[in-house]
Amino acid sequence: MPASTKKSVFSQGVVQGLPFILVIVPFGLLFGVVGTEAGLNLAEVMGFTLLVVAGASQFTAVSLMVDNAPVFLILAASLTVNLRMAMYSASLVPYLGTAPLWQRALVAYMQVDQVYAASVARYEARDEPVGKRVAFYFGVAAPIMPLWVLATWVGAVLGASVPPAFALDFAIPITFLALVGPMLRTVAHVAAAVVSAVVALSTTWMPTGTGVLVAAACACATGALVETWMERRT
Amino acid sequence: MTMPTAQIWFIIVVLGAATYLLRFSFLGLLGDREMPRWVLRLLRYTPVAVFPALVAPLVMWPAATGGTFDPARGLAAFATLAVGYVMRSVLWGILAGAATLYLGLWLI
Repeated sequence: MPASTKKSVFSQGVVQGLPFILVIVPFGLLFGVVGTEAGLNLAEVMGFTLLVVAGASQFTAVSLMVDNAPVFLILAASLTVNLRMAMYSASLVPYLGTAPLWQRALVAYMQVDQVYAASVARYEARDEPVGKRVAFYFGVAAPIMPLWVLATWVGAVLGASVPPAFALDFAIPITFLALVGPMLRTVAHVAAAVVSAVVALSTTWMPTGTGVLVAAACACATGALVETWMERRT
Repeated sequence: MTMPTAQIWFIIVVLGAATYLLRFSFLGLLGDREMPRWVLRLLRYTPVAVFPALVAPLVMWPAATGGTFDPARGLAAFATLAVGYVMRSVLWGILAGAATLYLGLWLI
């Protein structure tokens, strides 16, 4: 194989990123539509997509905003969804920690699940200089980021004209469940998910938005405990 | 939603800034520092701990049907989860859920 240049590594990243378009575009469209249906205007929907850049937490925020939950609870629940990103950030340090600050700042902005996963898979497989690693990362993000923004915009513009027969109220639950399905990889994950649902259903008497946080705390603890047990058994 | 515009923007900006800080945390500020094992262990479960809690009440008591359980929506929820799990794919889960929902609403 000929020595690869930064440019060719970038192109390889783009190729790796292409399949994710199939996930990002429907997700962006859906957020645009759901956000608009929930009562956000175009600027607000785009504000979410450009500043937060984390679909799942955006859906979380919108669904609690519709419920008129208190602001700090909306922020707490949405940020809990994003806590995993600190973990991603930590795991990128050994690979990208020596890149210039402006590059690391951009890497952080574009750190979404798909870009992170594809890049780390490459870094684990090959020992490359940091410049090429950054080029690969930007390559994966290159098709995804603009299409995410564009899809949201299209969704927001179309959103207002979707008739009620489409039962869009259920778009948020379906999106969340579709995210959960592939996450149920281990017994610990399944246990966490079950505890989360059961606690949420039994805390509906609590003030709006608080039940979710209690359920999430119980579920995280359950997941960690089950993981510990499973490790001891083997 | 009945939220004032200023409050909506407050949520967008704070959520955006805090999310960016989470992404930038180790890479930009903390550097190569080990997180305690128990923290990593808890963080691993955050997404799977939050989504079911948000979804369960929406599935059991949908606002669109006045808070009574709706078989079409219940079936769609089940199909989404099952297909997402089996296919290991978010997209297939969403498609299966939407198809089941529309079929259910049309039949029931």
